[in-house]
Amino acid sequence: MSEIKVDCSGEICPVPLVETRKALRKANEGDIVEVTGTHPSSKKEIPMAVKALGLKLLDVEETGGVWKIRIQK
Amino acid sequence: MADKATIIVHSGDMDKVYSAFIIANGALAMGMEVSLFFTFWGLQRIKKGGLEKGPLSKMNMLGLGKWMVKRKMKKAHVASLERMIQDFKELGGKILACDMTMDIMGIKKEDLREDLISDYCGVGTYLNEARDSKITLFI
Repeated sequence: MSEIKVDCSGEICPVPLVETRKALRKANEGDIVEVTGTHPSSKKEIPMAVKALGLKLLDVEETGGVWKIRIQK
Repeated sequence: MADKATIIVHSGDMDKVYSAFIIANGALAMGMEVSLFFTFWGLQRIKKGGLEKGPLSKMNMLGLGKWMVKRKMKKAHVASLERMIQDFKELGGKILACDMTMDIMGIKKEDLREDLISDYCGVGTYLNEARDSKITLFI
């Protein structure tokens, strides 16, 4: 099991969503993908995609406009 | 089977082609299958070197408006259409080229970006895919 970090800071729609999906496709079952970003809508929309993909949303946190989302495949 | 979205890209205007790719890539990211049908003015955008050539649908002002919008987009970190089309393919999206438009406009396969195109087809193929789609759009 490995942890994959994706940094989408400063990127806007639809890049954070697309980069999350790209990382999840490459990940193996059980791997954790951690996405960091600043685009406000993506903080809401990445969890929607995680739900639609039937994956596990581990954690969503935000400090000072920077959010971090952890997903398990 | 995954939910599907089929989008007809009829317009070749830069802003509308952006809309098509943003929706398409969003749908792929959310686990859907996506087919893009490039027809008429839209087909011009998948000619070799044609992707970024579209005018702005409004206030193009002989390219001045487009130049201004592109500058603002760059500042806002909007991804280029080239990056969007590469992401689209990486996430498994399908690009279909309208063969009737090719006939009318005298466009040959070798004029198009053949490496990105899954098939050359007519309305039957679109309908065959659209009838099984949850979302279908005409842009």
